[in-house]
Amino acid sequence: MRKSLTTISVLAALVLAACGTAPPAAPPPAAPAATEAPAAPAATEAPAAPTAGKLGKVCQVTDVGGIDDKSFNQTAWAGAQQAAKELGAEARYLESQQQTDYEKNLNEFLASNCDLIVTVGFLLGDATKAAAEANPNQKFQILDFAYDPPIPNVWGQVYATDQGAFLAGYVAAAVSKTGKVGTFGGINIPPVTDFMIGFEQGVKYYNEKNNANVQVLGWDSAKGDGLFTGNFESTDDGRRLGETLMDEGADVIMPVAGPVGLGTGAAIKERGNAYLIGVDSDWYESAPEYKSIVLTSVLKRLDVSVLEAARAVADGSFSGGTKVATLANNGVGIAPFHELDSLVPQKVKDDLPGIIQDIIAGKIKTKP
Amino acid sequence: MAESVLKEIIPPVTEVQRAPLWRRIWEAVQLPALALFTAFVVGGFIIALSDFKVLEALADTISRLNPLGYALLILTVMVLIGGVLISRRPEVILRRLRFAGTGRQSRWFNIIAVLLTIAAVIILLVVIGFGPVLALAWSAVTGAYGALIEGSLGNSAQIVTALQSGDSRAIALAFYPISESLVASTPYIFAGLAVALGFRCGLFNIGAEGQLFIGALTSVFVGYSITGLPAILHIPLALGAGALGGALWGFVPGFLKARVGAHEVINTIMMNYIAFRLSEWLLNGPMKRPGAVPVSPFIEASAQLPRFFPDPIRFHLGFFIALGVAVFIWWFLFKSKWGFEIRTVGANPSAARYAGMNIALNIILAMCMSGALAGLAGANEVLGVNYNLANAFSSGYGFDSIALALLGRSHPFGVVLAALLFGTLRSGGTRMQNVAQIPIDIIIVVQALVIAFIAAPGIIRAIYRIVKPGEGEVVFTRGWGR
Repeated sequence: MRKSLTTISVLAALVLAACGTAPPAAPPPAAPAATEAPAAPAATEAPAAPTAGKLGKVCQVTDVGGIDDKSFNQTAWAGAQQAAKELGAEARYLESQQQTDYEKNLNEFLASNCDLIVTVGFLLGDATKAAAEANPNQKFQILDFAYDPPIPNVWGQVYATDQGAFLAGYVAAAVSKTGKVGTFGGINIPPVTDFMIGFEQGVKYYNEKNNANVQVLGWDSAKGDGLFTGNFESTDDGRRLGETLMDEGADVIMPVAGPVGLGTGAAIKERGNAYLIGVDSDWYESAPEYKSIVLTSVLKRLDVSVLEAARAVADGSFSGGTKVATLANNGVGIAPFHELDSLVPQKVKDDLPGIIQDIIAGKIKTKP
Repeated sequence: MAESVLKEIIPPVTEVQRAPLWRRIWEAVQLPALALFTAFVVGGFIIALSDFKVLEALADTISRLNPLGYALLILTVMVLIGGVLISRRPEVILRRLRFAGTGRQSRWFNIIAVLLTIAAVIILLVVIGFGPVLALAWSAVTGAYGALIEGSLGNSAQIVTALQSGDSRAIALAFYPISESLVASTPYIFAGLAVALGFRCGLFNIGAEGQLFIGALTSVFVGYSITGLPAILHIPLALGAGALGGALWGFVPGFLKARVGAHEVINTIMMNYIAFRLSEWLLNGPMKRPGAVPVSPFIEASAQLPRFFPDPIRFHLGFFIALGVAVFIWWFLFKSKWGFEIRTVGANPSAARYAGMNIALNIILAMCMSGALAGLAGANEVLGVNYNLANAFSSGYGFDSIALALLGRSHPFGVVLAALLFGTLRSGGTRMQNVAQIPIDIIIVVQALVIAFIAAPGIIRAIYRIVKPGEGEVVFTRGWGR
C-alpha cells in the first residue's frame, strides 16, 4: 500500500508540475531573468518583516512517500539539511502518512517558530494554501507546484526539465553508435513529456551541428505522442520497453517513469550493448547497481531550490510567487558521466558549456 | 424463533457464580495494559539504541574500559541473569531458603527480586562508567515519550494557564492536542467496529481498507455534486452514501462466500485492489477537479460535518456519531435477534443451521454491515476532516483496524478503547517527531509490539506470571475452510 501510494504521489507530483508549469512557467527560454521577473514582483512583497541575515529553522513537511523515498522528499530534505549547515540553522521534518496529516503537520510547524516551511508535492497544495492564507507572516515554499494567482508568502517552485533533457539528448546522440536513441514515459502528461521533448530537441540539435542523422525512438513532438508504460510502478514494463527499444536498435535509453526505469536498467545490463540515462536524481548514486551503464542523468534539483529559498529567507530577499528552476539557476541540469566519461567525445564535452549558455540566453529552443 | 429453539436444545446452564464487576474489568484490561507497558519498554530500548548520541557515548565508554571494567561488566551480566532466574522461580529459591511461601508471598518476592535486579544492574553500570550513557539514554527516552504525551494529551501547565487566563483561543490551543487525538481515533472506531462485526460472524474482513476508499468516494461525490441542500439533509445523505458504498463493497465477498463458498479473505483482498485502482482512475478522470491535479473537488459546505471550535481545532461531529454507532452495534450484536443469529453463525454454523437460521443471509448481512461501517470511516474522514479526496487519503486504517478489533476483543466498547489508544499514539507521534526528532515509525513499532503481545498472550502471561483464566477465549475467527 505504502509503495503504491508512493508511486501515486510521484505520479501526482509529476501531474502537478504540469499544471504548475502551464500558466506562467516554463516559457520558451526567454532569458531566465525574465522568467522569474514577472512572477516575483507581481507577487506583492511579502508583508512579513524581513528577518535580517539570520535563519533559525527550516521545516519540511513530506508527502506520503516519506523522508527516505529516494525521490522528491529525500532530495528536498538533503537541501534542507544543507541549508541548516550553511546558515547555522536547524532542520526539522514531519512525515505525512496520509491526507489528514498535511494540515496537522503544518499546524505543528506553525506553532514551532519555523522561519521557512517547505512542503513537497502538489498533494500538499490545498493544505499549504490554506495555511499560507491564514498565516500571512509565515514564509512557505512548495516544491513542484505553483499557484495561479500566486500567494505572496508562498514560493512556488516548478522545473524546466526540458533544458536538462536537451543536454542529455545532445550527449546521447554523440555516444550512440547505432544512430538510434530511445526514450519512453510513464503517461502522456507534460511533466513527463517535457523530458522527452527536450531530449528529442537535443538530438536534433546534435544532428544539425554535426551533420549526423541520429534518430529518436519513442517520442515524436510533431505527433505529440510516443511510447508510454501507462504507469509509474511496473519495472517489468520498463524491462519490456527497454528490450523493444534495443531490438529496434537504440543504444542509449532515457526512461521517464520513475522506478520503471530500473527495469530498463536490468534489461540493458543483461544485453550489455546500450546505456541508460537517469531522471530526477543522479542514478549513478541513487541506483548504484547500474553504475556501469548510467551515461548521465537529467537532474531536477529540489535540494537547490530549498537551499535557495532558505538563503533568501536568511538575507531577507524572500518573495512569493512562481519560480522556475532552469539551467541558469542550476535548478535543472545533467549529472557527471562518472565511469562512462571516456565514452563521451571531448568535442561534445567542450560543446556543452556553450550550449548551456545559448539555452540560458534563449538562442537555443529546448521546446519546439 | 431461533432463540427459543436453541433454548430448547441446549440444557439450561445453572447460574455461574460471576466475579464482581471490577474484577472482570481488571481481567479484561490487564493483558492489554501489560502488553502496552511492555511494548513501551521495548520501544524505549529501541529509541535509546537508535539515538546517535547514546551510541556515540556507548562506543566511547566501551573503548575506554580497562580489564577491571570488563570483569565488572561480566559480573553485571551475571547479576542480570541471576536476578531474572530468581524472579522466574521464586518458589524454588524460597524453599531453598527454608521459607515456606504461599503464592501471595512469592508474588511479592518476585516483584522485589525484579526491582533489586534492576537497581543492582544500574548501580554496577554506573560504577563501571556507563553513567553518562544511561543518562543520555534516559533523557532520549523520556524526551520522546514526554513529547508523545504532550502531543497527544496536551501540556498540563499550558492547560492550567489557559484556563486561568480565560482566553477562549488560548484554551482552544491548549486542548488542540487532545482534540487531534480524538480526530485521529474516529476513523479507527468505525473501521475497528467493521472488522469486529465480521469477527463475530466468523468472517475475516481484510477488505475494510477498500470499503473505506469506496465509502470515501461515494460520500465525496454526494458531497460535491449535490448542491443547494440544507445541511440537515445533505450530511445524512453523504454519510449514507458512504455507508452504502462500503456495504456494496462488503456485499460482493459476502455474497460469494454465502453462495459459492469463495473464501472472504481472498475476495476482500481482491476487492481492495479494485477499490484502490478505481479511486485512482476516478481521481484522475471523472472526479478530478478542473486543472491537472488528481484531487476531487471540495465538498459543499452543507455536507461538512460541523466542527465545534474555531479553526486549528478539527474536532467534529463524527466522533459522537462514531460513539453512537458503537452503542448501536453493541445493541445490535448482543441485544437483537439479528445479532444473536450472526454470533451463533460465527460460533457454530452447524448449530445455527440446525436451529433454523439462514446462514447465507447472515453472512451477507454481516459483510454488508461490516462494509458499511468501514465506508462510514472513509465518509467521516472526507466529510469531517479533509473536505476533498486525494490518492494519499488513507495510510491503512482498514488494515490497522484488524489489529484494533483484536485488541478490543471484538467487543464494540473494547474497539472504542483500542481506537482511542491508536488515535492517541498516532496523534502524539507528530510532536515526538518534531520535538524529539524520533521517526514516526517508532509509533508503528510500538503499535505492532502491542498487537504482537495481545495476539500471543502467552508471552505476557509468561513474563508477568499471570494465571490463565478458566473462561474460554473470545471467538476470533476460524481458519481456512468451514
